[in-house]
Amino acid sequence: MTMTRREFIKSQAVLAAAAAAGVVLPGGASAQAPDPAADLGIRWDKAPCRFCGTGCSVLVGVKDGHVVASQGDPDAPVNRGLNCIKGYFLPKILYGQDRLTQPLLRKKDGQFHKDGEFEAVSWDEAFDVMAEQWKKSIRRSMAENQDKTVDEMTSRVGMFGSGQWTVWEGYAASKLLKAGLRSNNLDPNARHCMATAVVGFMRAFGIDEPMGCYDDLEHADVFVLWGANMAEMHPILWSRLTDTRLSRPGCEVHVLSTYEHRCFELADNPIVFTPQTDLAILNYIANYIIETKSYDQAFIDKHVQFETATTDIGYGLRPEHPLEKRAANAGVDKKLPSSFEEFAKQVAPYTLEYTSELSGVPQENLLRLARAYADPNKKVSSFWTMGFNQHTRGVWANNGCYNIHLLMGKISEPGNSPFSLTGQPSACGTAREVGTFAHRLPADLVVTKPEHRAFAEKIWKLPSGTVPGKVGYHAVLMHRMMKDGKLNCYWQMCNNNMQAAANLNEESYPGWRNPEVFVTVSDPYPTVSAQAADLVLPTAMWVEKEGAYGNAERRTQFWREQVSGPGQSKSDLWQIMEFAKRFKVEEVWPPELIETMPKYAGKTLYQVLYTNGQVDRFPFDGKVVDDRGNEYDNHESKDFGYYVQKGLFEEYRMFNTGPDILKRGHEMAEFGAYHQARGLRWPVIDGKETLWRFREGYDPHVRHYNPEVTKGDVYFYGNANGRANIIFAPYEPAAESPDAEFDLWLCTGRVLEHWHSGSMTRRVPELYRAVPDAVIYMSKEDAKERRLRDGQVAVISTRRGEIKARVETRGRNRPPNGLVFVPWFDANRLVNKLTLDATDPLSKETDYKKCACKVVRA
Amino acid sequence: MSTERQKSGKTLDRRQFIASVMKTACGVGLLGLGLGLYSQGATSLPAWAIRPPGALPEDDFNGACIRCGLCVRDCPFDMLHLAKLGEEVPTGTPYFIAREAGCEMCEDIPCVSACPTNALDHALTDIREADMGLAVLIDQESCIAFQGLRCEVCFNVCPVRGEAITLDMQHNARSGKHARFVPVVHSEHCTGCGKCEEACILDVAAIKVLPRHLAKGQLGAHYRLGWEQKREAGGALVTPDAEHRYNLPEGMEYEHGGRGLIPEVVPGQPASPVPDNPLDVLNRKGAL
Amino acid sequence: MNAFPGRTARAEQGWFKAHKWLLLRRASQLGILVLFLAGPLAGIWIVTGNLSASMTLEVLPLTDPLLLAQSMLSGAWPVMSGLIGALIVLVFYALVGGRVFCAWVCPVNLVTDLAAWLGRRLDIRASGRIPRDARYWLLGLVLLFPLATGVIAWEYLNPVSIAHRGLIFGMGWGWTLLLAVLLYDLFVVRRGWCGHLCPVGAFYGLIGVKPAVRVAAAGRERCDDCMDCFAICPEPQVIKPALKGAAQGIGPLIADMHCTNCGRCIDVCGKNVFGFTLAYRRAGLGLSEPVGDGASAVAATRHPVSSQPGG
Repeated sequence: MTMTRREFIKSQAVLAAAAAAGVVLPGGASAQAPDPAADLGIRWDKAPCRFCGTGCSVLVGVKDGHVVASQGDPDAPVNRGLNCIKGYFLPKILYGQDRLTQPLLRKKDGQFHKDGEFEAVSWDEAFDVMAEQWKKSIRRSMAENQDKTVDEMTSRVGMFGSGQWTVWEGYAASKLLKAGLRSNNLDPNARHCMATAVVGFMRAFGIDEPMGCYDDLEHADVFVLWGANMAEMHPILWSRLTDTRLSRPGCEVHVLSTYEHRCFELADNPIVFTPQTDLAILNYIANYIIETKSYDQAFIDKHVQFETATTDIGYGLRPEHPLEKRAANAGVDKKLPSSFEEFAKQVAPYTLEYTSELSGVPQENLLRLARAYADPNKKVSSFWTMGFNQHTRGVWANNGCYNIHLLMGKISEPGNSPFSLTGQPSACGTAREVGTFAHRLPADLVVTKPEHRAFAEKIWKLPSGTVPGKVGYHAVLMHRMMKDGKLNCYWQMCNNNMQAAANLNEESYPGWRNPEVFVTVSDPYPTVSAQAADLVLPTAMWVEKEGAYGNAERRTQFWREQVSGPGQSKSDLWQIMEFAKRFKVEEVWPPELIETMPKYAGKTLYQVLYTNGQVDRFPFDGKVVDDRGNEYDNHESKDFGYYVQKGLFEEYRMFNTGPDILKRGHEMAEFGAYHQARGLRWPVIDGKETLWRFREGYDPHVRHYNPEVTKGDVYFYGNANGRANIIFAPYEPAAESPDAEFDLWLCTGRVLEHWHSGSMTRRVPELYRAVPDAVIYMSKEDAKERRLRDGQVAVISTRRGEIKARVETRGRNRPPNGLVFVPWFDANRLVNKLTLDATDPLSKETDYKKCACKVVRA
Repeated sequence: MSTERQKSGKTLDRRQFIASVMKTACGVGLLGLGLGLYSQGATSLPAWAIRPPGALPEDDFNGACIRCGLCVRDCPFDMLHLAKLGEEVPTGTPYFIAREAGCEMCEDIPCVSACPTNALDHALTDIREADMGLAVLIDQESCIAFQGLRCEVCFNVCPVRGEAITLDMQHNARSGKHARFVPVVHSEHCTGCGKCEEACILDVAAIKVLPRHLAKGQLGAHYRLGWEQKREAGGALVTPDAEHRYNLPEGMEYEHGGRGLIPEVVPGQPASPVPDNPLDVLNRKGAL
Repeated sequence: MNAFPGRTARAEQGWFKAHKWLLLRRASQLGILVLFLAGPLAGIWIVTGNLSASMTLEVLPLTDPLLLAQSMLSGAWPVMSGLIGALIVLVFYALVGGRVFCAWVCPVNLVTDLAAWLGRRLDIRASGRIPRDARYWLLGLVLLFPLATGVIAWEYLNPVSIAHRGLIFGMGWGWTLLLAVLLYDLFVVRRGWCGHLCPVGAFYGLIGVKPAVRVAAAGRERCDDCMDCFAICPEPQVIKPALKGAAQGIGPLIADMHCTNCGRCIDVCGKNVFGFTLAYRRAGLGLSEPVGDGASAVAATRHPVSSQPGG
């Protein structure tokens, strides 16, 4: 009772006054128009949105070093001033109350200790400790690689990058890992997202990324959504699609999914199918087209060749898993030549009756869908995202869709487009284009081809044989290798894999906490990953650095550094380049390699990779100035003494633009052009963008590769023979299906209000309030059967773990009986404890959409 | 002590007794008057305070509710308040503020079950029949969905999904190629739970739950909406329209009751003489 | 007036014995509060609601009959649990004495006891006078209001429910009302609230006209006229007939329905004059007239009990 009488009365009076005032009442006095005077002195500049692959542009308003306002960019072709609810809150993601501002290292008694508590350290100490760990592992790798050829080399260090990295961050990382540290263990989180689409494109067209663009949304008569919830995941594109549906006579929308979601509100032909049977539906449509002879014979004859996929390829699990042992051709990606007749025979079993029975879709819905594709007068655009990509047969599904479009010749022209949408803002621009996949080099080149490696080494001015030729560990394999102690240093940047990677309990967490493994996480916020790391580096994000993103329609967009990151936070780019200073070539390269280029002896990797006369080519005079005279900081350039981003981008352009490049079709404009334009869609040739690829008139490359091409005809120049591949693959069951004990399908995904793991959006109070927790979406009948009611807490479990969440039967997602949907943004309910780490053996992408679970009362 | 002595005193004359009674009666009468006037003011419920589901009409509620707080206690989501003395809400009565936390619409309606007096009417057994108020998209200027931004959080969180709030998809004439998803509240389905107001991401909610009598308009008693009546009746109220035929040039059609004049689409022939893409025209070789 | 009633008792029988019933009463008042507060504060849900209506362990409903009566007078028909709850409360207080509520349960008692204690200690003489039956007028008014207006108007001002609800659900401006009661009792009318005005007390008094438990001045022959009992009693008028009525053949049972069975007279009496007794014991003591007929007060006056009552 230390409270004095006066204090007591005062506190009571305050309480009473607050009560009398009604505390926080809605519609109170706080409603006021923004003060026009407050807008004075705001500096506006453009930037792409930080979130999804749509690539909306926003204007960022800065005053006194803070982002104080934002607006949809009215001149942006993608969004024309509009934003979704996440984009509306962009400024707030910078100012979450728990931003990391200094490096944090696990320590015990003043020393790094795997089981220590996080303590603040200097950047120097952080990098010293980290470099020591990395050098230790690299020494082991070098010893192990002593008698191996460049094609057999392995490494014990690796990096997990991001489709949210800027273009130059991905490029700098690719260079550091693959060339500097000679490790192909670099994979982006796009492995969980777009890897399947990449393999699908490569198998069919020999070149990555969609042939169409968002303008297809205004030109199609029929939209087919294959496992894409565009209404929530690509909100602005959905409003374009909807507008076309509303305004274009005869336009229809077909939505396929394993549960009803918001796109079904617009669906003319709503289709809920049994998980995995999309493969059968795709083959049924091909069968229908062939049976009704609706296919475009001329197109097929001229532009298509037929192939057959190897079947029974397993599920990308650990080799000792029973499913892998049982598979006849586990992981085999070989395709066999085929023919139209052969293909027709292969799809013939997929009759309407069989497919309807297998998929649970009424015959009339299937028929309507097939007719839409087969109608020669209807332009069809197919869209897909994770429903296809996160699929143990996702590559087959991607190709199945291309098969249909190719049979009909409905491709590469306005409105006729098989279109793989991306989830991340730079899944295309960074993850796919600059070589951050374990098998890739910049501009679609791959590490397995000696001529590609040689080309990269030439541009990078490196000794021949620097880049290893063996494909590195992909994302899922990295965790397995960490658990097995074969990957000992892991640096995660710009994503949250501990919350994303499937099977947390059995693979991710044991891997990260393995005493033989040193994990570094670079992030603006203390994510689930940061909690599981050994070293956490504070990261400057989004407009706290100069950046570039490439969206799903090949549009590359730039932005300038608008504000400084808080405290000691530094951009990923700065971290990558600064870390390179810690390594002398002698510590990472064998003497015989250095001997071939003695000038590098005694140099640091930073000097070899970045001050190589190319990257450091453009001087920096302390500020970036735009055409209106506004001045911007650039903390990397200030620290390194040259215009880093421009140097990196122009060096990267040597891979994709110019007369001597290996693979055409990826050309980009020079650095300055992107700061002028609201993004440019590559290939950019002579300053002109390309909207539809592979078609004469739209794509200048067609005439280059095939001078005899007839007007307006297509030529798939990604493949040497100019033909696209129709690849047959059958229906094969999912890795794990419901059984007596785990009797429900579990599907995971996102919601409109939160971005991915929620590390940014959950720190926006309004978004958190709008959707605070992940819930279990399930059907009323399923809930009732389990004596569950709306809002009740239930335990959802799989063979790998369990979480608790509230049941939602009235929500935006309406699963059919037998399936539940749980979103994964919620750090308090880690649904990746439940998901199975089965992958597509071809793309190594995890299937987050299908595993068996049960739900019981908590 | 003197009062007691007086009362227990031996002589209490008649006049004194009457005077005393009158005094007491007047005092109590005055007190009653004060209480009456005070209670007049104290019974008015502010628009931001929403009664729990099943609450009787406000006048009856103030009579029936005994201010026990059992409903507050039995709310599993703990979102009900019991008004304190000095608040604008009648003292001791339960209410919630939608913006703070809306009603979760429990199927078993525990707050109603807990009520000992029927102030929360036990006749309410289906929570979807509850009438706590009516949501109104009251500020169309601020609502970002109204402007074409992809928000629709109110729609997403509505527990009477797809019925109480629907999205009216409209062409966005400003952007030219996007649709606007305009939230529309349907009074026959809205329970006034307030989840929409709670979730509205604006600094001040654009959608608010109001007492139904404040929120709802009423069509003139003489007028009917023709299409609604036709829909309800399942057909025209009068003799259906005769079939119309028109004099038309070749290649033209007329869709009665639909698109009107339309060029007949010949299969295999483009619907329009110009291609969709202006580039097709611009890049056409030898056009000039 | 004695500023320290009970001094002799304390000196002769020890502090604890001189405060026995006070302590038990405080324990009862606070214990009930604790039961109600254990839920919201500690998550131990034994009793929910408040004194207006409560639910114990999800099975035992209790309803304030006065409030329920008002609710019903306004035209509302309660649900069965509400009626049963009120019935339980009625029966209980009819047995133990209606105003047992005032002394053993009501939280306002803490305030008015404080006022009385302060008045004695600080020698403040509240000299205001109002008749003790004002409470019945008020009770009538309280019941009339819902009938006439359909609103339980009394609940906007009722210090009893506001105090109890306030302690459990949040006080708001309710403390000002309690302060007003304190000041009123201290400066305006001594024991002015509980003893003169409170319609809740009046109501409970009425339902407990013939309770089973009573205080009796069984040892009144030992009374040394120290007046401590009068000083401490919240309704001192109830003592005199029982204590001093021997000559008129009245007592020794305190038969007045206003007696709150607080037991303070027992505590403060150095001569062990008072004690609790069970009304039926009188029958067992060989009284010729059955207890049931007529007011017990009348019965008691005709048959003085000489022996020491037990309990």
